Formats: sequence, structure tokens, C-alpha cells
Amino acid sequence: MNLYARRKLLNVFNLTASVLATAFGLFFLVWLLWVLFARGFAHLDPALFTHDMPGPGSEGGGLRNAITGSLMLTVLGVIFGAPLGVMAGIYLSEYGRGGWLAATVRFVSDILLSAPSIVIGVFVYEIMVAPLGGFSGWSGAVALAIIALPVILRTTEDMMLLVPDTMREAAAALGAPRWKVITRVVLRAARSGVMTGILLSVARISGETAPLLFTALNNQFFSLDMSRPMANLPVTIFNFAMGPYDNWHDLAWAGSLLITLVVLGLNILTRAFLRGGNQKG
Amino acid sequence: MNAIEHNGAEAPAATEAVDGAAPGANANRAKLDIRHLDFYYGKNHVLHDINLKIPERQVMAFIGPSGCGKSTLLRTFNRIYSLYPNQRAEGEIWMDGENILGRDVDINLLRAKVGMVFQKPAPFPMSIFDNIAFGIRLYERLPKAEMEERVVSALKRAALWDEVKDMLGKSGAALSGGQQQRLCIARAIAVKPEVILLDEPTSALDPISTAHIEELVMELAADYTIVIVTHNMQQAARMSSRTAFMYLGEIIEEGETDQIFTAPRKEKTQDYITGRFG
Repeated sequence: MNLYARRKLLNVFNLTASVLATAFGLFFLVWLLWVLFARGFAHLDPALFTHDMPGPGSEGGGLRNAITGSLMLTVLGVIFGAPLGVMAGIYLSEYGRGGWLAATVRFVSDILLSAPSIVIGVFVYEIMVAPLGGFSGWSGAVALAIIALPVILRTTEDMMLLVPDTMREAAAALGAPRWKVITRVVLRAARSGVMTGILLSVARISGETAPLLFTALNNQFFSLDMSRPMANLPVTIFNFAMGPYDNWHDLAWAGSLLITLVVLGLNILTRAFLRGGNQKG
Repeated sequence: MNAIEHNGAEAPAATEAVDGAAPGANANRAKLDIRHLDFYYGKNHVLHDINLKIPERQVMAFIGPSGCGKSTLLRTFNRIYSLYPNQRAEGEIWMDGENILGRDVDINLLRAKVGMVFQKPAPFPMSIFDNIAFGIRLYERLPKAEMEERVVSALKRAALWDEVKDMLGKSGAALSGGQQQRLCIARAIAVKPEVILLDEPTSALDPISTAHIEELVMELAADYTIVIVTHNMQQAARMSSRTAFMYLGEIIEEGETDQIFTAPRKEKTQDYITGRFG
């Protein structure tokens, strides 16, 4: 066999293998989404958003309190985590380049990024729940913030580093002090990327269950009091899926589909953000 | 523009004419007076004992092969190198009676006086108007009408006004490369600097844009002290009154542009301008 024929054969083999591998992976993803839609879609009705969780044995019900609680926990988690993450990312890309402190922060943040989220739950339990004497929405938000922090930090750093140094030089050459160069020019140039990091962190924390088990716990009733246990979707899905009642199972499916759709929507939004940002430069 | 002024007794020969300059038109005083300047990238010694006077309100060109240190030298005049912690300059650069390499010089104020245009145009991620207004807002608080006037006059001065007057709210990134570079020049002159440094400003541009910018820079020389780094010898010959030829971190020869290009005194200069190396 000559060299050319051999190359063609290798190409066909590699192409087939990679297409099959892709198909294999996609198959499970599509299967998962299909089951989720098949089981959950029928229960995505108004009652889901207007009724609270049903007690054991009672009919119907919805997830109003869990949806509200999840929204509050997620939003608060981002409000706590995003400023810290963005500022730390700015430090890494603008001030700490090449320094040992930045290298350490980067390393620790990477560990945090891959730390099992249940460890973060236990940690917040230890520093907040136990000393304050009870589960609370606040501690849940803090746990979520800790999970969001490294995601936002690293995306902010990466996106700021993508801004060419010529831009920093151009701004500095006009006599702009460093903080103005960073906030008015570099951060601005990277803003769609930074927003993307924040949105991705929202997607990440909106489905987190383990850290909430130890912090916000859950609440069967509607409550806006952050100092008490807080209802939330992931833990509710966990409880209801394990429960013995059919209406609980239906609600768990609907809740799962809801979270999936939100995460999907956030991902599409981030793509739109990035694309829009690139066009504008 | 500032008239010639004396800022105290330490001013070294501020009114002394540039060495070797013919009397008359070329006898401008030195705006920048570089004395025994050495420059280091970390431990790498890249500029060796540079001594040079840059005349006021003229175009001075630095030529030389890649890596000879011409951009590095230019970058000491506004201390832009100090953004990078491993870069270091030693020696003195006197401007209007002040050593700008001195410890207590306010670097930001220095940069407001010594503007710079880079090889690659870098419009800020904001509207054309704000690109120009950015620098003005740093040091001046102007009423709206006056600010508009400043922006418009900078754009007119940079020969960009006619092309952008209907799109001042659009992003600066929407412009072509040549327009972006003129935007950067407009941005630099809008803050009313005294010196403008140009670091290969046309090397990324097409010939028509290049011609535009050359013409513009020569006009600007009436009001500003201009230093241009270029690897294009024709450009240096066309634009500058004086030229310095650099090689391996040293100034080999400096003089009137005509003399450098027609009757170089040093063999190295002769070799370079005749294309024997570079």
C-alpha cells in the first residue's frame, strides 16, 4: 500500500471513530433531555408557580416557595460572589502578574473550583450555621457565593488578559492613572467576557444541591426570611424524588426541567453576550 | 503652546541650539535633552550611553534595523516603559528644566504633556467622541459645548472629521485601520501635549493612509515637537528635519536628515541607508 492510500485509510478510520464517539456522547445527552421533557413538560403549568409545596399525602401543589427561594439564594450568592470575584480577577490580571501572591491565589482558586461542593456546604455549616444556631438562607447564599467565586475570578482574569497591552499603554500614555486605565478601558473592553463569567456562575450555582443541604436546608412553606431555612429547587427535587407520592415525583420532574431550561437559557444568553461583545470590539 | 521658558537655574542649557544645527530655521532649542541614558530589560542592557538633543517643533526621526533600540528609546520619553516592573532607565532626560526620569516626577502629568501614538491603533472600547474626550476629561472639567468644540477640533486637526462627523456616537472599533490611527492621533493631540511620540505609526497601514498620516504629522510639527520611530527610510527622509541612526543600542550618527541621507559621516550609517544590511 502506498503512502497516500494509507493516509486516506487512516483519515477514514479517525473520522469514523470521532463521529461515533460524538454520537455516543450526544445520545445520552439527548436521552436525558428527552426524558426530562417527557416527564416534566406536562407539569410545567401555572400551578407550579402559584402553589407552594404539597405536604405529605396532600394533592396537587406547586413549587412557588422553592422557585422563589432558589431565586433569592442564587441572586444573593451572585451579589456576594461577583464583586469579590471580579475584583480578585482584576488583581490577578493587572497587579499580580508574575507575583507569588497571584500565583498562590490562582492555585487556591483552581482548587476551590474543583472542590466537591459538599465540602463547601460543610465548611459554611461550620462557620455560619453552627455558630448562629440554625440553618438559614444567608448561609445558603454564602455557600453559593463561595462556589461562584472561583468561576467569576478565573473568567474575569482570562478576559482581562485578552485585552491587549497596547490598550493599557494607549490609555496610560494619555496620562490616565492606573485605576482609570483598568476601570474605564480594560474592564470596559472585557465587560462582555466578565458578564459571561457571572452568568456562567449563575448557571453553575442554580443547580447546586449539596452545599444547600448543610446551609439553607429546605422549607416546606413560603418564606422570604433569609435568617430561617429557605426553600429551594435542588433540595426539593432531591426530597421529592425520594418521596413516596406521585405528585411529589411529578413536581420533581417539573423542577428538574425548570432548572435545566434556566441553565440552557443562561448559556444561550452568554453566547449572545460574547458574540455581541466581539462585534462591538 | 508654551513659549520658551526657564524653570530655574538647574535647567541645563535650555536655550542652547542643537549641536551642529545650521543657524536660522533649524536653530530651535532642545525640547528634550537626553544625557547618558542607559536602559535595561531585566539584566539585558539594551541602550548604551545615549546622548541626544531633540529640537522643539520639528520632526525628529529614529531609524535603524529591528531591535536596535529605537522604540525603547522613544518609550523612555514618556516613561511608558515603567508599566513593566522589569524595565529600567538610568541617566537623565531634561525637558523644560526638569529631569523627567527624576524620582518625584508625576508620571501621569508627564504623559499628559508627552503624547504617544503606537504602531497598532488601539481605539478604546467606547464611542469615537468618548475616545477623544477620555484624555481631556482626565485633567480638565469642561462644559459640554466646550468639550464638543475640543473634540471636533482634534478630529479636524487629525484630518478625520469629514469621515466621522455623522458617526461620533459609533464605536471607534468600527473605523478602518487608517482611520483608527488618525483617531489615535486626534486622541493624543486633544489633550494638548507638547511632544508627540510616534512609534512606527504607519507600519500597519496601506499607502494611502500612510500618506495621510505623514502629511498630518508634518503639519503638526508647526506646533508640536515630534519624534517618530520608523523602519521606513523614505518615510524618515520625507518627514523629518533631523534623523538619528541607531544600531545595537547606540546612536551611531545624528544630524540633519539631508546630511544623514546624502553625506553620512559614519560608515555604518552609509551601509544601512544604502541597504547593505538591516
